[in-house]
Amino acid sequence: MILSKLSTRLLNASASLVFNSQNKSVVREHVRWIQFTYYTDKNNDVTGKTEKMNMYQAINNGLRIAMAKDPDAVIFGEDVAFGGVFRCTLDLQKEFGKDRVFNTPLCEQGIAGFGIGLATIGVTAIAEIQFADYIFPAFDQLVNEAAKLRYRSGGEFDCGKLTIRAPCGAVGHGGLYHSQSPEAYFAHTPGLKIVMPRGAKQAKGLLLSCIEEPDPCIMFEPKILYRTAIDEVPTAHYKIEIGKAEVVRQGDAVTLVGWGTQVHVLLEVADLVQEELGASCEVIDLVSILPWDAELVCKSATKTGRVVIAHEAPLTNGFGAEIVSTVQEQCFLHLEAPIQRVTGWDSPFPHVFEPFYLPDKWRCFAAVRNILNY
Amino acid sequence: MIEKVFLRCGKHMYSRNVLQQVQQFYNSPTTNIKIGTSINAGDPSFLGIQTSFSSELKFINKECYDSLPLFRILDSSKHVRLPEDFKLDEQTFIRMYRKMITLNIMDKILYESQRQGRISFYMTNTGEEYREAGVLLWRGHSIRDFMNQCYGNHKDTSKGRQMPVHYGSKKLNFVTISSPLTTQLPQAVGTAYAFKRSRKGVCVVCYFGEGAASEGDAHAAFNFAATLECPIVFVCRNNGYAISTPSLEQFKGDGIAARGPAYGIYTIRVDGNDILAMYYATRAARELCIMEGKPVLIEAMSYRIGHHSTSDDSTAYRSINEIDQWKHHTPIIRYRDYLESVGLWCEQREQELNKCVKNSVLLAFAKAEKELKPCWKELFTDIYHTMPKHIRKQMCSMEDHVTEFHKYYPLHLFKQT
Repeated sequence: MILSKLSTRLLNASASLVFNSQNKSVVREHVRWIQFTYYTDKNNDVTGKTEKMNMYQAINNGLRIAMAKDPDAVIFGEDVAFGGVFRCTLDLQKEFGKDRVFNTPLCEQGIAGFGIGLATIGVTAIAEIQFADYIFPAFDQLVNEAAKLRYRSGGEFDCGKLTIRAPCGAVGHGGLYHSQSPEAYFAHTPGLKIVMPRGAKQAKGLLLSCIEEPDPCIMFEPKILYRTAIDEVPTAHYKIEIGKAEVVRQGDAVTLVGWGTQVHVLLEVADLVQEELGASCEVIDLVSILPWDAELVCKSATKTGRVVIAHEAPLTNGFGAEIVSTVQEQCFLHLEAPIQRVTGWDSPFPHVFEPFYLPDKWRCFAAVRNILNY
Repeated sequence: MIEKVFLRCGKHMYSRNVLQQVQQFYNSPTTNIKIGTSINAGDPSFLGIQTSFSSELKFINKECYDSLPLFRILDSSKHVRLPEDFKLDEQTFIRMYRKMITLNIMDKILYESQRQGRISFYMTNTGEEYREAGVLLWRGHSIRDFMNQCYGNHKDTSKGRQMPVHYGSKKLNFVTISSPLTTQLPQAVGTAYAFKRSRKGVCVVCYFGEGAASEGDAHAAFNFAATLECPIVFVCRNNGYAISTPSLEQFKGDGIAARGPAYGIYTIRVDGNDILAMYYATRAARELCIMEGKPVLIEAMSYRIGHHSTSDDSTAYRSINEIDQWKHHTPIIRYRDYLESVGLWCEQREQELNKCVKNSVLLAFAKAEKELKPCWKELFTDIYHTMPKHIRKQMCSMEDHVTEFHKYYPLHLFKQT
């Protein structure tokens, strides 16, 4: 966990004054490769008062609302009591008490199992796995137990009130075990619901949905967005429906599908394609990995005839493969070119090679250009 | 550089919190040490460890301690002394015996039925008549319900989805069994935590074998239960074997019980073949864990007389002599001796009970066998709270297929809707 602390510190670094002063460019180049530009959510689909928040603040705000709404709800995990290594649970223990916001021993299978037990008796259990890279010790509890409890008991028991939050994705310097995107492993598990927000507003809405959803949910939170994603976030309670994708930009030449941080990369690619090639891209944020919105993706693919899917996780058996297969089955007669996947390579997530590993805007741009010329 | 960039709120908050906790520790009534007073002199002052210095270079192993003793009540003498503070009435004594016999007879019939290919799988409880199916039986789960589950017919509450002997009952607070070993332990701890917060006077009991205790989840559960102070009674059935693996290859310490105190858990080792010892130990454990809001561990020493399951022939890895030796010390035999010695049981009552139980098991058995399986569409329900589109689509596609190819599927065994 020493590395965990390290990355937190480096994340803090971006917000600190040190980097905003004279040696900014020098330090950034060596510490962190910024591979995307954040596109603020300008949609006004939620009414009411808003406040400027970054993603960790939006999550903190969502957790506070959930805890106030349900007096039985509990939050637990490693280091959540003092506010969490990413500050998502800041001040919650002070506000709701030590029996509702507490540290557990350092043991992921224990955290997941403990959460299932709470949810089995009807308690809202909000568990944190410190990094998605460390969710694998809990794989058995999540895949064999949480996902199957309702089914195997004929509906007599369930753990629908379980929500797991886990920071995921590239962060510039996370190396093998602070960068992974394990959504595809879990997407192969009937019984789980999996979501990934692309920003502050989505994070809060999806979190509240996960907490209130009557099925066990995992929310993977792209950790690079905790501080960089700043939106006008509604301060009241609101939800974003699980299982629904969102068209974040309309277009007619190519459909670009991504989730989490990658949506911002794709938005930049859309700008680039418009500028350089004069073609318009439709950008879709998949939002939910399981169940996923095949209908919306296929509708867009039918319209554009060309599809590029991009994700940070490795190519082989990544969730992109599932989308490709479905789109090719349902939109066969409308496809003008083979569907392209731009993803992380089939290697572990490397440290110094991160700029060459990620499906950045240039790799995505090249893929779009190629299928436009197909 | 890291110190430089970490100077703002994060570091502050962190160190303030740690400082606060550390101060709480040092100010707690059990330690009289003040921060900074004794790093190398007097008593050691490490966080979470209360110890003393020693100049002797000595490694500790299990030989340094006596093995945990075995609590028993039904010894070989005729002078059985029951704990004075809880009296059991005659009815309870007899009910306990009846349930053990019922389980034993049910085991024999279901075991044979698997051998005849009438159910797919079975696991007996022979030699451990206090174990999980016995718990359900004691709580009033009917013989019919057991049979329905083993047949996976439409009366099975879990809709025929699980293998036989994976019982569950919401009504009787018996969480549905699953095959992955030990996963239920940390889950039980979570439920116990919820009980601690919501309902006074309730605890969780969680059963597992000595083989399962080797899983990581056991470690997780013991440690979580202790640190989060959860009212839970862990009952380990140490029956000597995990399938073919003797416990000699499972652990090198003093069994499972010795691990309890290492986690800070109240622990007792009990003669599992002594139903009264198990009863009194469990009863005391329950009171202790509810009163103190802390976990208790019971290691029940026993012997698995039957095969691991119907897919196992245990004579491949242990001698018949060994099994025979234990056949004279079963919980049923020892308890029956006791009941006879106090005049609560006799051969005639034994025969009547045997006949009566056998009849009702056979009756329930025949009935369960004749029931239809649930509608095949139940394959697709309860995966989620409400059926998502993609699963509905798959169900519809299977329906079209079954309609077209109906003669190749055993539809006559299944309900139509």
